[in-house]
Amino acid sequence: MTQTATATPGNRGILRVNPVAKLAAALLLAGVLVLTIDWVSALVALACELVLFFWAGLSPRTFFLRTLPVWLAAPAAALTTLLYGQSAGAEYWQFGLIHITDGSIDLAVATLLRVLAIGLPSVVLFVTVDPTDLADGLGQVVRLPARFVLGGLAGLRLIGLLLEDWRALERARRARGIADRGVIRRLAGQAFALLVLSIRRGSKLATAMEARGFGAPIARSWARPSTFGAREVALIGLGLFVGALAVTVSVATGSWNFVLG
Amino acid sequence: MTSPAASHLRVAGASIDASGWGWRHAGRRAWAVRDLDLRIEPGERVLLLGTSGAGKSTLVHALAGVLGAADEGEEQGRLLVNGTTPADARGQVGLLMQDPDSQVILARVGDDVAFGCENLGVPRDETWRRVRESLAMVGLDLPLGHPTSALSGGQKQRLALAGVLAMRPGLLLLDEPTANLDPAGVLEVRESVARVLEHTEATFVVIEHRVGVWQQLVNRVIVLDPAGGVLADGRPADVLSAEGERLSTSGVWVPGIRHQLPSRHRSASGRLLGTEELAIARSRELVVARDIEVEVLAGAALAITGPNGVGKSTLALTLAGLLKPAAGRVLADPRLAAGAGGEPIRWKSRQLLTRIGTVFQDPEHQFVAGTVRAELAVGPRALGLPEPVITARVDTLLQRLRIDHLAQANPFTLSGGEKRRLSVGTVLATQPGVLVLDEPTFGQDFRTWREIVALLAELIDEGTAVVAVSHDAEFVAALADREYRLAAGLDHRSGSLVTR
Repeated sequence: MTQTATATPGNRGILRVNPVAKLAAALLLAGVLVLTIDWVSALVALACELVLFFWAGLSPRTFFLRTLPVWLAAPAAALTTLLYGQSAGAEYWQFGLIHITDGSIDLAVATLLRVLAIGLPSVVLFVTVDPTDLADGLGQVVRLPARFVLGGLAGLRLIGLLLEDWRALERARRARGIADRGVIRRLAGQAFALLVLSIRRGSKLATAMEARGFGAPIARSWARPSTFGAREVALIGLGLFVGALAVTVSVATGSWNFVLG
Repeated sequence: MTSPAASHLRVAGASIDASGWGWRHAGRRAWAVRDLDLRIEPGERVLLLGTSGAGKSTLVHALAGVLGAADEGEEQGRLLVNGTTPADARGQVGLLMQDPDSQVILARVGDDVAFGCENLGVPRDETWRRVRESLAMVGLDLPLGHPTSALSGGQKQRLALAGVLAMRPGLLLLDEPTANLDPAGVLEVRESVARVLEHTEATFVVIEHRVGVWQQLVNRVIVLDPAGGVLADGRPADVLSAEGERLSTSGVWVPGIRHQLPSRHRSASGRLLGTEELAIARSRELVVARDIEVEVLAGAALAITGPNGVGKSTLALTLAGLLKPAAGRVLADPRLAAGAGGEPIRWKSRQLLTRIGTVFQDPEHQFVAGTVRAELAVGPRALGLPEPVITARVDTLLQRLRIDHLAQANPFTLSGGEKRRLSVGTVLATQPGVLVLDEPTFGQDFRTWREIVALLAELIDEGTAVVAVSHDAEFVAALADREYRLAAGLDHRSGSLVTR
């Protein structure tokens, strides 16, 4: 009863998995894929991921909306590589520093696939992470100190107030007659004022937390259980499997291209 | 399943003992509290009064154990809660503070209430039972997953109160819990506290300068003496009848004490600002009101009133040339514009100084200098006035606003009332023709309230136009010549003019 009482963003597919497992899986996959810059490994990983996304529990609309930045970033990165990437083999077009060659085309395709293969699963795993759940996981599963985890979580809430403060400061400076000065000096002064306001807010929040027993020398209890079970192990296993398959296929086809090599 | 607000909250009240207690904040010469001898019995309900600077908040923070360690101040004597030091009594003491925004800790309602229980190591099932009970007690009927960012000020205070109650404190401390709320929020919080007090035996101490709000809920009034110790102590009726006049002069709002309002000439003389099919918006897309027709007259006060969130501040900032109208225009008459063009939003920042001055709701937003003296000189200096003129103006203002003893202090270290007076002073330093104020009397004690009213009355009679956003009915009654009431919703005319 108590578990269902705390709101979770949903309970389908990936949404139910402990954020710590998502973090681990995403890091694992990215860790493997940044080791090489060939297109085979990235293509294998991407193919597996696209299949897995069907079970993630995200609607197509949510999926494309949230991953839109990745879909935009990947071609942009690929285009840059195409134009300025390391030249090798036949040259097709040249203009100033721009060389389009066999080598740069190869690299561009690899870059496109790699950005997608790392970016898409990261976004899918992270858009479904609720900061409170992540803090619960880091505190209970990873056993990071509660002071650090919850302090960070509470501070996160203040970030939303920053933009509002910034606008208010801007108006106040106009009203005080000092908004005509040079942009750099004005922004520097305003940034400092924002810093002062944030610190004051932060110390008020710290007092409020302390008044509720935060930091008391008592073993803390956790109102929301953060469990690590079969589902979490399975997700990390999947990440490991996709990474291993990508490496195996890449090495077997002789296209493994170690970045540091 | 137990019914909410049940017998679980029967926690025995805590006692308070102070003997020769005092506290001096690090780096200050004067003691915030000193030579305090006091005994509060378990279950007593106490209203703690005193002038601003008498050390009420210091005492309450000390009782809650959040004053800090030895490096943050110097302590004298002894202060005990239930016979132990406040640091050891953590968890037995609950503190509700003034600012609704800095008391919300987590993103969801249920989690926020559970936070204190978690810190005290309360088992999970017990925690959630307490969360539901506490929310029911303060009358916050919301799902546990409701986002805390979507709450109003009054709701946030009730949420914080629920979080405090879930810890089952034997001592409940409230430090001006309604100072930052509009009248509806004040009622909400007061009703919640009244209901809580019916169900708990906890000792209750509240600081508040509006006596009327809490008078019926307490059975003892203690007045702290700024010079140290206790000035008066006893049953509410006795203390208020014996000390009412003195308390009132020192800034406490005592019901039934009459006060002299400044007399006004009431002679408006011509238009300074007007509007043309004005629509206002907080951010680029979010239009909050349209078809606004207001005129700002020299030598007269216009009050902007209406419920929370209808755009009163937005309208004031738009009239002040600080926010761009969503549609239509704000127009300055040539007499005010003095060659600067018709629309205030197009004026340079420096051109605003002598034409329209704005006092913000939060004074801290508008402070830009390191000392009170430098703060007052910012405007005149931006105008390029000669140094002797600047000095003369600043000196006059320092005296007029009773902050001359603080000339070298950092504006951020001032008390609430002093900050408010300084923020008004910074604007008066450039002698603008129109003065726009956003909730100038919010959270102010009676003394500062009277000073602000008197100062504004004087300015208006000298020919300044005043535009004030206010929830404060007494303030509006005392000053406003005309009242522009904003209503919620966009499907009809957004506001109407009420002539007084």
